[in-house]
Order: sequence, then structure tokens, then C-alpha cells
Amino acid sequence: MEEAVISTSTPAVELAGITKRFPGVVANRDISLSVRQGHVHAIVGENGAGKSTLMKILYGMQRPDEGEIRVNGSAVTFRSPSDAIAAGIGMVHQHFMLADNLTVLENVVLGSEPRKGGIALDFGTARRKIKQISDTYGLGIDPDAMVEDLGVGARQRVEILKVLYRGARILILDEPTAVLVPQEVDELFGNLRELVREGLTIIFISHKLDEVLSVADAITVIRRGTTVASVDPKGVTARQLAELMVGSELPSPETRESTVTDVVALSVRKVSVHSPDERCIVDGVSFDIRKGEVLGIAGVEGNGQAELVEAIMGMRPADGQIVLGEQDISAWSTLRRREAGIGYIPEDRHRHGLLLEAPLWENRILGHQTRKPNVKGPWIDRGGARADTRRIVEEYDVRTPGIDVDAAALSGGNQQKLIVGREMSGDPVFLIASHPTRGVDVGAQAAIWDHLRAARAAGLAVLLISADLDELIGLSDTLKVILRGRIVADVDPQNVTPEQLGSAMTGAGEAA
Amino acid sequence: MNAAESSFADRLLGRVRLSGLLSLAAPLLAIVFAGVVTSIVLLISGDPPLETLGIMAEYGAQPRSIVLTLNYATTYYLAAIAVAIGFRMNLFNIGVDGQYRLAALVAAAVGGAVALPGPLHIAMIIVVAMLVGAGWASIAALLKVKRGVSEVISTIMLNAIATSLGAWLLNKERLAVEVAGSNNIGTKPIAESGQVPGMAIIPGTEAKVFGLIILAIVVGVIYHVLLNRTRFGFDLRATGRSETAAVASGVNVKRMIIVAMLLSGAAAGLIGMPQLLGSSYSYSLDFPTGLGFTGIAIALLGRNHPVGIAFGALLWAFLDTSSSILQLHEISPEIVLIMQGTIVLSVVIAYELVHRYQITAEQRRVSKELAGGASPRPEGASA
Ligand SMILES: Nc1ncnc2c1ncn2[C@@H]1O[C@H](COP(=O)(O)OP(=O)(O)OP(=O)(O)O)[C@@H](O)[C@H]1O
Ligand SMILES: [Mg+2]
Repeated sequence: MEEAVISTSTPAVELAGITKRFPGVVANRDISLSVRQGHVHAIVGENGAGKSTLMKILYGMQRPDEGEIRVNGSAVTFRSPSDAIAAGIGMVHQHFMLADNLTVLENVVLGSEPRKGGIALDFGTARRKIKQISDTYGLGIDPDAMVEDLGVGARQRVEILKVLYRGARILILDEPTAVLVPQEVDELFGNLRELVREGLTIIFISHKLDEVLSVADAITVIRRGTTVASVDPKGVTARQLAELMVGSELPSPETRESTVTDVVALSVRKVSVHSPDERCIVDGVSFDIRKGEVLGIAGVEGNGQAELVEAIMGMRPADGQIVLGEQDISAWSTLRRREAGIGYIPEDRHRHGLLLEAPLWENRILGHQTRKPNVKGPWIDRGGARADTRRIVEEYDVRTPGIDVDAAALSGGNQQKLIVGREMSGDPVFLIASHPTRGVDVGAQAAIWDHLRAARAAGLAVLLISADLDELIGLSDTLKVILRGRIVADVDPQNVTPEQLGSAMTGAGEAA
Repeated sequence: MNAAESSFADRLLGRVRLSGLLSLAAPLLAIVFAGVVTSIVLLISGDPPLETLGIMAEYGAQPRSIVLTLNYATTYYLAAIAVAIGFRMNLFNIGVDGQYRLAALVAAAVGGAVALPGPLHIAMIIVVAMLVGAGWASIAALLKVKRGVSEVISTIMLNAIATSLGAWLLNKERLAVEVAGSNNIGTKPIAESGQVPGMAIIPGTEAKVFGLIILAIVVGVIYHVLLNRTRFGFDLRATGRSETAAVASGVNVKRMIIVAMLLSGAAAGLIGMPQLLGSSYSYSLDFPTGLGFTGIAIALLGRNHPVGIAFGALLWAFLDTSSSILQLHEISPEIVLIMQGTIVLSVVIAYELVHRYQITAEQRRVSKELAGGASPRPEGASA
């Protein structure tokens, strides 16, 4: 080989023989991976396959037990993320890590504060640099916006900008599209292409195989902790990829035979939510959900869905009336609402769904602390809770070494399965499912859909909120579009395409 | 267990568990480490370390000293439990000190003013103390819930206020009388019906152990059962681990803050009882101050665990007792303060080290099992 050829073909990242063990689990086993400079390299694999762990190793958050990391041809050892950052590697995590009550500028400089003369913070320079990066890569970010006012798509771009600001040339994105609707995904992919054109290298993880095929230059499939294939996206289909990952076929969320009854399970009347500064976030929303019905709400994140859900759960003050069955529950506490049979799969599993530092069986109790099989009178029923946790682990295929491990030790998708299993327990009459399959692999997605369908056939009413339009169209009996806190359209899920729904969500084509 | 990704604070406050023998290794390591540091200090000050420790141990093992140690430990234990109740919910009740002093003062005055049949008299004094402790703590709780004032700030302020309030109340025009045989003033002595007799249970000495040592044990058991076995305890720990998740699960966090703070204050109210009802029978200015802070140190030392706290309290008390012999040997008793400080610091460091050791040890164990041909169960299947 000639000199010149060697230098241009030096991989940006090479991982050789990486092994990482956790108590009871081998997360990565003898993994080898080579990522070319200027490529978008996708990593796919089922929940718990070891993708996040591998990326945390490359980012210096975890130390490998064995193996070698080479960056741009030279071997490196990372003791912490700052070592990785110094080597030009940056990571955007599966779960966002921005501080809500700070501005974009403050978030970006947090941890790498610019100094003027060594002491004073130099925000002027930082602001200019952020603007410049934002313009170069078309990220469209205002450094002075508050993070809490940004939608998920914008937050994601802030995370990316934060990484670029620290000088990263190799970007790791862990499930960046899980929270995005299709338009935002397109925008993100546009940004990524821009970055690649500037010579950056991108490694990204996703469970959405169509996206992977459309954006990646190379794909590596991980299964049970080890690499099973490296494929060229031009030469495979989504179906083949899924088979490589899990050895099963792509599921479909189709549910056509209707189980909708005439009995209204939940009725929401003119519910409005205001922010502390009196902005109207949810504006007079009304709908009925009947027993056996799935009502889907489509919308770009940040249009009031989260607030609407929290209002129904009683976690946030709201005007209007909420009726469950025959009873007006508007003034009830969250606990009383849950006891009355409302299940809740929250959109942010880390903030609202789990006690990360508690074992799985204690997490089974969370949200059900007044009900069987978790308690007997004022006492915790350990035996009952533990047995029922085992049932959930079994039925929902939660991959875990046991029910005594902390929730934080589960992979993202397996945490989600545990929550879904918990919230479907105890025969709820009404279920709020916010992104029920966010972050779970195609196989587990099919299983969760099956569970939802079975419960719906048995009379469960479901409020479904999802960024996955196929899921929304496939599962919903009724579909409504929310925009800026208002229901702006009713859509027939039988006759709508994801494209039409997508444009209705941005307000482009009212009532598709 | 997710020790690898847990935060330092979680490990510090005992929210990440250590398994088996390792949970003993950490405190032992800490004590050894503190011993080494103290030895160095002794060497520098020109005293022979081994001999000094020998003197302390010998003195501490005498029957009379054991009684003293148990009595100190009873008080310290209650103080640490009061602090630990808050810790488990991420509430930092720095005001245990003020709550205890005010409670002891008022309870002593009330106890001295009435005469009731025996058990009733005692029960009433204890209840008054708990009520006053809880009442004083409730100010901080309300400030936090209604106004968002950090309990750290408010309880520090309330400590200062309790000091002045105590001084104002302990005046001959109000609650105080002259203490016979001294120029000290204190509350009117509690009649015999309100006194709790000591127990001469240590052979070889007439000195008596506080009867209320039983109260401390009962409080420890209640603490354990309440936190680990009841719904209320679950809610309290859940709130400490993640407030947002607790809210979503239906916990009324504001109510929890108030209840936890009241419980912590009530426990603080008990701190002065063993001494008040067991030996002094009257509250005077020589009641010890700073017990709340000792409680913080011991709660850290005992990792908020009822048994751990008991060991911490005994160790602390032993050091206090045996320091009094040092002067006789012309060694500065302040050496004990240095020791106690180092122990707390060492505990923080030792737990961190042992946690890290556990992570690597466990990984080594897994790899050995795998090498030994035990079938590896990949990607999360049970092993
Ligand atoms: N800190 C930890 N302690 C113990 N086990 C862990 C820890 N982190 C991950 N694991 C285990 O390692 C395995 C791989 O987890 P990882 O998070 O890498 O999966 P993943 O491929 O990212 O899955 P997902 O698609 O669900 O996010 C899982 O079995 C998980 O339970
Ligand atoms: Mg992951």
C-alpha cells in the first residue's frame, strides 16, 4: 500500500477485542469495530446488547476489562470523559443531560467555562463561538434561549453543539432519534450530513432501522455483547437487519378489528394548563376515551402533550374537568387517581418512572404503594412485591440478572419494559402511554404492542402519545393532532399516511 | 447494584449497598486509618502512640468507664437517629441541636412544675419534649414547604434563636430557680415520680447505666421498622432518592417533608431525656451543646443504619470517656477531637475505596467464573 492511501484510510476509531463485564452480565465480549473517517457509522442491536456500554467505553465513562482503543491510528487509554474529549471524542447520551433552568449558553459552557484573564467568565467570546458553530453546521440555535423553553429537537441540537464546542471531531449519538418526530429526524440527519461534509465522524445508535438505512454509510450489528455483522446499508433491507439483530421479523403495529365500546372511560373537558408566567401551554383540550379504545395524540414534542398528561395525572394544576368513569376526579390527588385505576407510562423514565438506585422489586412498588400485592395495610409486603416483580420480568422479557439489581443497571430498553409491565399490572381502567416503546428494540416493541392490544380488547382505555407515527397510526382507534396546546385536527387512522400526519402536526396541511 | 455509575453522595449516605464482609471492611479500614493519622499526630507532639492508645483502652475498659460510655452513647444514638431520619429523605436537619436544647428546657420546666404518679409523670415529660422538638422543627418544615427556604439555612438560624430563647427562658423571673449548692441556675428539679432510675448492670461498679438506654434501643427498632417495612418509610426513601419519581408515583412530597421534619424534631427532643430524667433532674446551663453536630458525624459514621449508628455512638462515647485519662498523663485530651474528626473523614474515604474495590472484585469474579467454564449467560440473562 502507498503512503497516501494509508493515511487517508486510517480509521477514525478502532476498537479491538473490547470486553466489559458487570456483575452477572457480560455487556461486551471481544468486540471489534472500525469506523472510517468522515462516515456516519450506525450501531444496531436489541435491548441490552451492549451498545451504550461500548460507547461509554469509547467516551471514557467506563473502563474496558480487556481490549484496545485506537483513535486516528494511535492507541489511547481513557480514564475519564475529559480524556476522551481531549482526544476529540464527544458523546450525546441516550438520556439528555441539560439543566432546564439555564440558558443554552450556560449549558454549553458548563464544565468548560471560558476565562478572561484567568478569572472572570468570558461569556462574550463563548456566545460568539456558539453562534459561529451553529451557523457553520446549520443548527439554528439561539445561545440565550432557556433550555426549558426548547423542544426536544432543539435540545438535541444543543447537546450536539455542546460537544462540538469542546472541539469534538468524532461524535457519538446514543439513540438520538428516539424522541424526535419524522420532520425533526430529517432535520437532524441534514445536520449530520453537514458535519460529515466538514470531515467529522459520527457513530450513532438507533432502533429505527429505516432511519439507519437512510443515513448510515456503514452498519455494525451487535448481538448479545458481540459484533455479529458489518453490513453495507446499500446491500440490506430493514427486514434483513432485524433478522441479524434478533433473529425475528419486523413487527407491525396493525390493529384493525375494533374493540371500542360505548362506555366512556375518561372524559377530558376544556382542560387548560398555564405556565408560572401565565403562558397558556394547554388550551381548552376536550376529548372522550371509551373502554377498549386507543386515542392517539400526534404532535411535535413540546406542544403541550407532557403538560396535558401531567394534568390528567394530577401532577400539575389545571383548569377544566376530568371525569373518570362516573366520577369527577379534577380535584383528586395523584395517589387517589392512581388508586382509581389510572396507569402511567411516563415519557421520561428516569425522571418520573424509576428509582434508579433502588432494586427492581422496590421499583415494582413505586406508584402502587397502596395496592396489592405490594402492601398489606400500612406494611410493605416484600414477598408479594418480589413475586410479582418476577412475574413482570418473565412476562415482559426484562433482561436482568435478578430482581435485586438496581434499576440503573438495566439497559434503557429493559428499564422501559419494566415500567410498561408495572403500569399494566393491577388491572388499570385507563392507561396513559407516553412513548410506550421509546428505546426498545423491534422485538420488544412487538411484545409491548401485543400486551396493549390484549388489554384494550379486555376493555382498557388508552391515551397514546408517541413520536413514532407508525405506532400512532397502527394502534390508535381515534387520532387527534395537537399543536401549540390545542387539538387542531381529527384524523382517521385508517386512511392516513405518516407523511400526511407529519404535515398536519407542523400545522402545514390542517386536517390531513 | 450500580456502584459503577452511582454518585459520590449516594455512596456517602449509604444509598448504594455493600455486600457481605465488605460492609464491615469499610468501617474497620476507617478506624485503622484514623489510628495511623492519630499516631502520627502523637509522634509529632512527642507522645508515644501505642502507649497512649494503650492507656485509653485500659481506662476505657474499666467498669466505671463502661457505664460512662454507655450513657454518653445513649445520648449520641438518639442524636444520630434524629439526623438520620432527615438524611434518608435528603433533608439536612442541622437544627437538631437547637431542637434538643429547647425541648429539654421546656420539658424540664414542665416536669418540675407538676406532680403526677410515676409512669405518667415520666411519659408526660417525654411527650412534652417530643412535642417541643417537633414544634421547633416544624418552623423549618413550614418555611421549606411554603416559602422554599432551604432547611439547612433555616435550621442554622433556628439554632441561634433557640440559644437566645433558651437563655431568656432560663431566668429567675421565668423558668429558672437557683440550684442548691452552686451559683448556677436551672429549672426546678423534677420530683422523684418523674425520675427514671438507673440500672447497675455492669459488674464491678456502683455506677448506674441510664434507664432510658432502653428508650434509645426502642427508638432504633422503630426507626428500622418504620423506614424499611412500612409504606410510609417507602415513600420517605423514594422521596429521598428521586423527588420527581415520588411525585409521579403519588407521594405528596410537601406532606412528606413536614412529617419527616416533625419526626426528626421529635427524636431530637428525646436527646436530653436520658440525662434529664436519669441524673440531673433539672435543665441548667451545663447541659451539653453541639450534640446535634455529633449526631451528624455519627449518622455519617453509621451510614444511617440503625446498627451502624449504634457502633458509631459507642465508639464516639468510648473516645470521649477515655480522653479524661489523658490529662493525668500530660497528654492533651484534644487528641481525641483530632481522632474523632479523622474517623469521620476516614469513613468517607474508606467507603469510597471499598466501593471501588467491590466493583473491580466483582468483575474479576465474573471473569474467573467465565474462564472456569461456567456457562456465561450473555446480555443480561441471569447468571
Ligand atoms: N452500570 C451497570 N451495572 C451493571 N450492569 C450494567 C450496567 N450498565 C449496563 N449493564 C448491563 O450491561 C448490558 C448491556 O447494557 P447496555 O446499556 O450497553 O445495552 P444497550 O445495547 O445500550 O441496550 P438499549 O438498547 O436497551 O439501550 C445489559 O445487560 C445491562 O443490564
Ligand atoms: Mg442503550
